[in-house]
Order: sequence, then C-alpha cells, then structure tokens
Amino acid sequence: MRIPPRQVQTLVVGMLGGATLLTLAVLVFIVVFVLDKGLPVVTWTFLAANPEDMGRAGGIFPIIVGTLLLPLLALGIALPLGVGSAVYLNEYTRETQMTRIIRFGTDCLAGIPSIIFGLFGLVFFVGILHMGWSLLSGGLTLAIMILPTIIRTSEEAIRAVPQAYREVSCSMGATRWETVRKVVLPNALPGIVTGVMLGAGRCISETAAVIFTAGTVAQMPVSAFDSVRTMAVHFYLLAREGISGENAYGTAAVLILAVLILNTVAYWTMHAFIRRKAR
Amino acid sequence: MSNHATQIPAAAAAATGPKMRVERLDLYYGAFQALRDVSMPFARNHITALIGPSGCGKSTLLRVLNRMNDLIPGVLVQGLVELDGCDIYAPDTDVCELRTRVGMVFQRPNPFPLSVRDNILFGLRVAGVRNRGRLDETLERSLRSAWLWENLKDRLNDPAIDLPLDQQQRLCIARLLAVSPEVILMDEPCSALDPIATAKIEELMIGLKRDYTIVIVTHNMQQAARISDFTGYMLLGDMVEFGPTTKVFTDPGDVRTQDYISGRYG
Repeated sequence: MRIPPRQVQTLVVGMLGGATLLTLAVLVFIVVFVLDKGLPVVTWTFLAANPEDMGRAGGIFPIIVGTLLLPLLALGIALPLGVGSAVYLNEYTRETQMTRIIRFGTDCLAGIPSIIFGLFGLVFFVGILHMGWSLLSGGLTLAIMILPTIIRTSEEAIRAVPQAYREVSCSMGATRWETVRKVVLPNALPGIVTGVMLGAGRCISETAAVIFTAGTVAQMPVSAFDSVRTMAVHFYLLAREGISGENAYGTAAVLILAVLILNTVAYWTMHAFIRRKAR
Repeated sequence: MSNHATQIPAAAAAATGPKMRVERLDLYYGAFQALRDVSMPFARNHITALIGPSGCGKSTLLRVLNRMNDLIPGVLVQGLVELDGCDIYAPDTDVCELRTRVGMVFQRPNPFPLSVRDNILFGLRVAGVRNRGRLDETLERSLRSAWLWENLKDRLNDPAIDLPLDQQQRLCIARLLAVSPEVILMDEPCSALDPIATAKIEELMIGLKRDYTIVIVTHNMQQAARISDFTGYMLLGDMVEFGPTTKVFTDPGDVRTQDYISGRYG
C-alpha cells in the first residue's frame, strides 16, 4: 500500500508546522508565565534599591549590576582569545592532524558541564591564585567556559567568508593580517556576534559555576576582588531557600526582559553595521 | 621575436627589453609537474595571450608571475622569473610589493560586498592612504580608466554586487588600476560574461595596454586572436609555441598548434 504523494505532502507540512507551533507555544508559555508572576513585583524601587532581609524585601540593583559586570568581564576576556584562536586556526595554519586535534578538543570542551568549570575555577582562581570569591574569579571561569563556543562559532563564520575575497585582497598586495582585518573579520562579523550572544546568554544564565567562583554576596562590588551575585543566582537562592517566591519571579522577569533587550540591541547594532558597510 | 624594441612606446623606452620574463621554468604541485621548461618573454605595453586546453598549465603560469601560487601548499618553482630584470623569486622579494606591481583580474567578477567606492579604494586604504583628496582623485581616475565613471559617478555608494556582471568585472579592473600596477594578469576575465560584455572588456584591455603590460589567459581562441600581440600555446605543461599572434594563428610552426587553433583538438 502506498500513500499518494499529495497526502504525504499534506501530512508532512502539518507535522512540521505542528512542531514549530509546539516549540513556539512552550516558549511563549514560559515567558508569559514568568512575566505574569513576576511583573507585578517589578517597580522602579525594585530595580533601583538594595535587597533587604536576604531578598525578602527591597530591590535587586546590585544584582543587576553584577549580572552586567560578570558576563561583560567574561566576554572581554573570551572574545579576543576566542576570535584570535579562530583566526589563527583558519588563516595562519594549514589543515593538519594538529589543527584537527585542537578543533576536536574545543568541541569536547564545549560539551563539558558548567559545574566542572566552576570546580576548576574554585580550585584554581579562588584557591591557588588567592582571588577569592570575586568578580575576577567568576569572570575568568566564565570566560574559559564560553571560550569553546566563541572559538567554534567564530571559526564557522570565518570559514564561511568566500576564499575569493582573500585571494583578491592578497593579489592587491595586502598582507595576511591586513586581509584578516579588512576582509575576513568584517565579513565574519554577523557569525561572530552570534557566538558572542550565545556566550553572553550562557554567562547570564549560569548559576553553579558562578556560585562556586563569584560567590553570592548581594552587594554593590567596588573592586574586581569583590564577590557579586547575578540575577540567575539570586533567583536560585530565593526560590531554593524559600525566601521569597514573588521576588524570585520578579528577578526572573527582569532577567528575561534584559536578555530580550540585549538580543534586540545586538541584532539591531549588527544590522546597522552591515548597512553602513554596504554603503 | 626577441627583438621588438621598435614597438616600445616612447614613454617606456627608458627601460628596454621585456617587462617580465620566465626562463627554464619548472613548477611542481607536490609530485605532479605542472610546468615543464617554460621560457617566454612578456612584452612591455603589449598583450600576451596564453592559450591551450584545460589543465595545460596556462593559469598556473599566470599565477607564477605574481606568486599567487605561494598560497597553495606544496608548490615548488624552479627557474628564473624576472620583472624588469629582477628575480621575483629571490629570497629578499617583498611579495606584497610585488603583487601591487603585478596585479590580477580573476575569472569570476569578485567585488567585495562593499560600495563601489570602498571597492575601488580598498588597495589604497590597505596601503594606509587617508588623504581625502587623493582618495577621491584615485576613485575618479580608476573608474574613468575602466570606462565606468559615466555609469557609476552617481552610484558610488551603491553596493558593488548589485551591478551587472560586466560592470562588476570592470569594477574589479578599476580596483586594480587604483593601486597603479605595472602588469595586469587576467585569468579568463570574460568567461562569466556574455558576448556584448566580453566585447566591452576586450576593448578596454586594448585601451589599457598603452599604460600597462597585460597577460591574459583565455580558452577563447578568437579572443586571443582579436586582442593579443603575442600568443603562447601550451599543452600539458609545455610551451608548444610562442610568437606574434598573427604568426601563431596564420602560420603555426607546430602541428599541435595547428590542430588546436583549427579546432581539431581541445
């Protein structure tokens, strides 16, 4: 028995559409659920005040600052290292056994659970290097954690730049570095930004590794050696310790909106850049 | 044919002899020998065409002249390659500087995904030129030399990839002219173009030879016959015949050339 192709077609379209719809529905449900429970708590005071009574009262201002600083530090470290490695692997080395091993290694690293990186950070940065539970320890640990992602996405983006562009650049007397700077990186930028957004997302949503290395102090950091608390950690602590359900959801709502805004701004900036470049 | 000094225009008379020259050139890709004992001159302010069936080594020979072959792993070049009497494979050669003197136009038009202006000015910007006046002057001069100024003077900010193919290819030529090369290497520059666009590029090439030395690889024998002054016919890595184009096409000295140009082979 054979199903007529036309019916298969209808069936497949229905299934694919259903899968998309289901995914979207789950996503929308989560966002609406969190915003519905959290937004009533979110006021200007909540955003601008210090937490009181372990987070039962007051706001989350230092925690918002911590959530901004930690990923920023991590990206500040991981971006030059990651893009640099990707450029080196793609533009300055030939495909050998060694580069394949390095690539395989980065793929493996990308799959390691974050808690392992947290443990390493705890032992190495917090302990051996005496950085303590601090912004610095946390930033370095998260940088190592997202490095494989940044390297791999940057590499894919760099590899997708047409070889013809490099040839022309080179045939016009540009050195390899000039070619990288003027041709390869500008054209790979959208992909690199995607990697950065993925990395930033992982940093923002990380809890275990952050608790291990940056600590949980919900106060405004004044130096890189101060402990910070991020929104994800704050949410975890409030919910896990049963401190305040409302404020936990309030924090989650702010977190979701922040990620949304971050992505929108990044997307918009990138497209503005591309438009300007095409001019 | 080595003596064509009388054909050299006055402007270039100071430097006599061919602009470029290869002598007893062997080239290997790993174990495969792609060029075998090739010797030929590239006459100053003339168009030299390299013809031959696919895989005969004509593109390889072209890429020897600006050392683009260096980018391919495992290439070995033996023999002499001279530009104005200097060995370009000498150890102290600045390859980047060589490539600004010996520029290249590729088979497919390959503008960067940038505006017309940024494409043309790419070479100068790489060289660190910031002077606005000089950039604008070069922009106009290059586009004029490639006969694009009238078409594009009001569209300098448009993306180059939106142009028709023949304009894209002329834009690539203009981009090259902006860095003032001495030799222009063209690797089948018309193979992606229709006959009308091809005719425009050919006309342009003939116009350009007043100021530049041109080497063109083509699989189109009519094209070689139409535009070139000298022709080299290659087969399986050998230079079978080299001479003035009229001689090669009307009175070839080798039966293999005869077979190829009459369409019996290739």
